[in-house]
Amino acid sequence: MVKWIIKQEEEERASLLKFRDRQLSRKLLQEVKSRGEGLKEKLGRKPVFMEVCGTHTVAFSQTGLRKALEDIVDLRSGPGCPVCVTDQGDIDRMIALSSLENVVLGTFGDMVRVPGSRTSLEQEKARGGRVEIFYSPSDAVQWARRNPGKQLVFLGIGFETTAPAVALSMQEAEDQGVKNYSVYSVHKLVIPAMRALLKDQDLGVDGFILPGHVSAVIGRKAFDFLAQEYNIPGVIAGFEPMDLLGALENLIYQMDSGECRIDNQYGRVVREEGNKTAQAVIREFFDTREGSWRGLGKIPASSLVLQDSLQKYDALKRFPVEISRPFNPEGCRCGEVLTGKMIPTQCEMFGKECTPSRPVGPCMVSSEGACAAYYQYDFRE
Amino acid sequence: MCLGVPAKVIMINNENRTALVDSFGVPRWVGITLIPDVKVDDYVLIHAGYALEKIDLQEAEERIKLWEELLTLEEES
Ligand code: SF4
Repeated sequence: MVKWIIKQEEEERASLLKFRDRQLSRKLLQEVKSRGEGLKEKLGRKPVFMEVCGTHTVAFSQTGLRKALEDIVDLRSGPGCPVCVTDQGDIDRMIALSSLENVVLGTFGDMVRVPGSRTSLEQEKARGGRVEIFYSPSDAVQWARRNPGKQLVFLGIGFETTAPAVALSMQEAEDQGVKNYSVYSVHKLVIPAMRALLKDQDLGVDGFILPGHVSAVIGRKAFDFLAQEYNIPGVIAGFEPMDLLGALENLIYQMDSGECRIDNQYGRVVREEGNKTAQAVIREFFDTREGSWRGLGKIPASSLVLQDSLQKYDALKRFPVEISRPFNPEGCRCGEVLTGKMIPTQCEMFGKECTPSRPVGPCMVSSEGACAAYYQYDFRE
Repeated sequence: MCLGVPAKVIMINNENRTALVDSFGVPRWVGITLIPDVKVDDYVLIHAGYALEKIDLQEAEERIKLWEELLTLEEES
């Protein structure tokens, strides 16, 4: 019996691991190369594809696919790294919060070394500011419960994927009567950002590789507007080599044959309508507001703020902080990197003044930042 | 940050809507509020301490089969 169970599990795992299969990936890579070559010839240039998810950015670098395909497709990163798109003023406000007496800032980790206008969380930490790193916002609530003398402020950073987890952490705090827990929400929404991006006439993107886990929440249909209104095809993709290559193959095929659809190649996780429970949770806890994005500026209805009835969990209401006028790091081109206008290596500071150990901008800090990914995997002198 | 890991549901605690999951040998408790109909033995995608969506293994297999077929066809032609 036990043996049988183990065998069954092995098979189940194998079917998930197949998406990393070397032999299969190698074959698909060849296929993408030969089809891509054809399309490139037909167009007289490389097709331009944009991924709007930091995890995809990293996966393309980590798997070596970006490099392997550099002569065939032009891969651009969009505004898909949550830490990178966070506005400088918001970062300054977080840093200011961390230096308040008794306040402990809870974060997913990526945020710690991001440079603010004058200092970073890491530097404040050295000066006694408290920052705790959590794997889940629910762990942050439990930390607050165990440390009633402290005020835990959790940084709600992320897109539609993270927002439900942060919402449910407030529910958990409510259920357990944890009063020293609050949230600073800078959650952002992907669709309004894509619409803002598409307003730029010179964007020049031929196809989108769409974010697998955001799509798990909002559903495939939510992206139909790309094909219908903008005539740009898209593919929802997972994060394994076969997923990435499959997405490229799909986009090349669609372009080559003059088709234009939003396909779902991550059907093992993403449904047509998305996860309705997660959508309801987001609606129940958050309102949409205009949001400020690095690189994209102000975008209507693009950020999630806590609903009025949840004011007691709103960190900025509980601990109003004043910040001086924020300024972006001088010479940093994160804004252009995040809107696909530049690739990281085109920034003059890349690999010189700006490296992961001494980052100038957030795109070099975050584990999902394009500059960090290029530096770590693609860039070799 | 939108990273997700697959895991198999081992045990469900309905009282607080959490589940013990096995993520390729690593056990952990996660919230299951976002998937009301989750069952033991289901595969789920974990993100930030919550199961975000069910993983459809059959669909996964079908997709791979599709690739296998396409790629051998290409080879033969
Ligand atoms: S390399 Fe550094 S300075 Fe240049 S855009 Fe990236 S983060 Fe900014």
